[in-house]
Amino acid sequence: MKYVDEYRGEEEARKLIAEIRRRATRKWTLMEICGGQTHTLIRSGIDRLLADNIELVHGPGCPVCVTPLEMIDRAIAIARRPEVIFTSFGDMLRVPGSELDLLSVKAQGGDVRIVYSPLDAVKLAQRNPDRQVVFFAVGFETTAPANAMAVHQAQQLGLQNFSMLVSHVLVPPAMEALLGSETNRVQGFLAAGHVCAVMGYWEYEPLATKYDVPIVVTGFEPLDLLHGILMVVDMLEAGRVGVENQYVRAVNRGGNQHAQDLVVRVFQPADRKWRGIGGIPRSGLELSWEYREFDAEARFGVGDIRAEEPAECLAGVILQGLKKPFECPAFGTACTPERPLGAPMVSTEGACAAYYHYARVPA
Amino acid sequence: MCLGVPGRVVSLAPDATGMTMGRVNFSGITKEVCMAYVPDAEVGDYVVVHVGFAISKIGEAEAGEVFEYLRSIGELDELAVPQPE
Amino acid sequence: MNAVCPLPIADYPQVVLAHGGGGRLSKQLVDSLFLGAYGNDILSVLHDGAILDVPAGRIAFSTDSFVIDPPFFPGGNIGSLAVHGTINDLAMCGARPIALSAGYILEEGFPMEDLWQVALAMKEAAAGAGVPIVTGDTKVVDRGKADGIFINTTGVGIIPPGVAIGPRRATAGDLVVVSGQVATHGIVIMSVREGLEFETELVSDSAALNTLVDDIVDEAGADLHVLRDPTRGGVASALCEIAASAELGIRINEAALPVMEEVRGACEILGLDPLYVANEGKLVAFVARDAADRVLARMHDHPLGRDAAIIGEVVASHPGRVIQRSRIGGERVVEMLSGEQLPRIC
Repeated sequence: MKYVDEYRGEEEARKLIAEIRRRATRKWTLMEICGGQTHTLIRSGIDRLLADNIELVHGPGCPVCVTPLEMIDRAIAIARRPEVIFTSFGDMLRVPGSELDLLSVKAQGGDVRIVYSPLDAVKLAQRNPDRQVVFFAVGFETTAPANAMAVHQAQQLGLQNFSMLVSHVLVPPAMEALLGSETNRVQGFLAAGHVCAVMGYWEYEPLATKYDVPIVVTGFEPLDLLHGILMVVDMLEAGRVGVENQYVRAVNRGGNQHAQDLVVRVFQPADRKWRGIGGIPRSGLELSWEYREFDAEARFGVGDIRAEEPAECLAGVILQGLKKPFECPAFGTACTPERPLGAPMVSTEGACAAYYHYARVPA
Repeated sequence: MCLGVPGRVVSLAPDATGMTMGRVNFSGITKEVCMAYVPDAEVGDYVVVHVGFAISKIGEAEAGEVFEYLRSIGELDELAVPQPE
Repeated sequence: MNAVCPLPIADYPQVVLAHGGGGRLSKQLVDSLFLGAYGNDILSVLHDGAILDVPAGRIAFSTDSFVIDPPFFPGGNIGSLAVHGTINDLAMCGARPIALSAGYILEEGFPMEDLWQVALAMKEAAAGAGVPIVTGDTKVVDRGKADGIFINTTGVGIIPPGVAIGPRRATAGDLVVVSGQVATHGIVIMSVREGLEFETELVSDSAALNTLVDDIVDEAGADLHVLRDPTRGGVASALCEIAASAELGIRINEAALPVMEEVRGACEILGLDPLYVANEGKLVAFVARDAADRVLARMHDHPLGRDAAIIGEVVASHPGRVIQRSRIGGERVVEMLSGEQLPRIC
């Protein structure tokens, strides 16, 4: 596959690993924000290949994982209604709410369907005029343009039976919360490549300056990650702060203007709760005034549903990179992908799931 | 959530609402993709596709940068470096 | 071969409850449709059970039910799948399949023409493998109580004397061989469901492996230790089960796993790992190290083994664990699949 296979070569990987080992004069602690990057790192074994020189800490880069418990409960309340076709990306189906998950709702007779694109949900609404089609809009900035287009299309088509349950989150406020925390020990960051393909990386420059950290926008293939790590190490060794771009083939500083334009029109910033971390001001998106009729929370009156996180799930601590999944007492025992306590064990991008599937060692 | 896959644009056409859609080829399989966010993409270009949307055009020149970099450090190969296990 | 449905379709274009009731319509269904498709001397006796002559010794006995959705797909249908599946399970025991049963649960309203096509596919599959369908059963349930058509096939096979294949025979040093390109079946099914299109028409790999197994057994003799067909859960699940039973470790190479380019592309888009995707015409074989090259060459001579490859080895370390060496030289543990990656794939 072009632009994929070239970035998986063993010889090139060895060279980059050797360079990292050569240039790192001490052990550095780095964080990657995006769950997709976490999975590549662990699946390829990069974290262990670099263990002597780099400690990799996994950040809250899994929007499924940071979706608050009460949002899942709201989704379930909507999905249970007989007139509703509830649509979602596959990841969300097994994330536990207070009592159930969406998959159980499906088993109980709820019409819950997996879609691969929000436009599929719009098509479903067109084809099923007598049903209410709801799309669970979970994601970072990468997915916001797609969701924006879906809502915009629904408006253009005059659809009365389409709405969106919005749980979008933004990366820079989360990074700021992490960097500003007393317990932070991360020295350098790998920023999420596809988030930056949409948003550009100019937003990270003030963060890098304020907190004196190097940030490197990084892709998702093994060579991208190794290259990105090498670039951060170079900056750390030289005492250089700021934002650099490893993922030059897909990312530029300003980002995708067309995508940003529609996102800004369809959505507006909102305060959001991050599961396990708590509320971060203006860290998420909600529908703008122009598109408010498509808000599923309002349409179905579920905005008042609240919930508390189970104490046993350390998701918040893990998502901040303060503990590794295997340091959680429930990891692999009380909490498994079949019976998860929290989202990071279920989501395809969750840190706990990555460790469980690729790196679990017997007791 | 960040799953973005590179593919080659095979054809372009507006849909019933006027939004530009394209057929993108991922190593032999083609899928319909919304091209509204990369209006300058042409047939033959490569794009990154996320949840059915092209979000970025791939720059061929930029794609080669990491390999040029590797070639440049490859010239230092005569240094004894430890091999990964 | 009579390709036209022998049942008077004009009278019964769809299956009705009475077709499973044991009366006149049931008899007509069996006589015209099933016998018409795959009738043979034993089946046509139509007694409560089939009587078979078998040599003394060990028999292998296997059953499998098929609920695949959609029932018709590129490369086959639920019928051919059902025949291949049980023949393969018997072959994985080292047995020569000698007879199959076919039990149907049909939903009222299932199109008769579709049933005929399923039966024809079963006839072809059975004849191709040289294994007759000798007994069967049909039930029909009310509309809404089943999804179209479910099939159970059960089979018996003879294990030749001296053949002993099973996970307990796996030995440190064995090499792990896969018979060809993996993940095709699962991806074909997903592509039908998700509307993916392929440039070159991709078809399910569903096939009967008994003659390939005959060749492997002939070549390897006692050096063949384990056979497994990686259906649901893919190669990963098959290897995990064997590692656990054998209490040995298995190490495989990501780069060595043969996968068709388009299938790899589809896996990338769908976010699937080919190691976990279902196959219906593939086997993994554990052979003694010294015999591996010979066995591989013999497999390459068989139409179903052209792309056979060595993908790993059995080790004494990390018993019960399967470890994959990634393309870039790192390692990951291969775990059992949790939950349904792809529901109703078989």
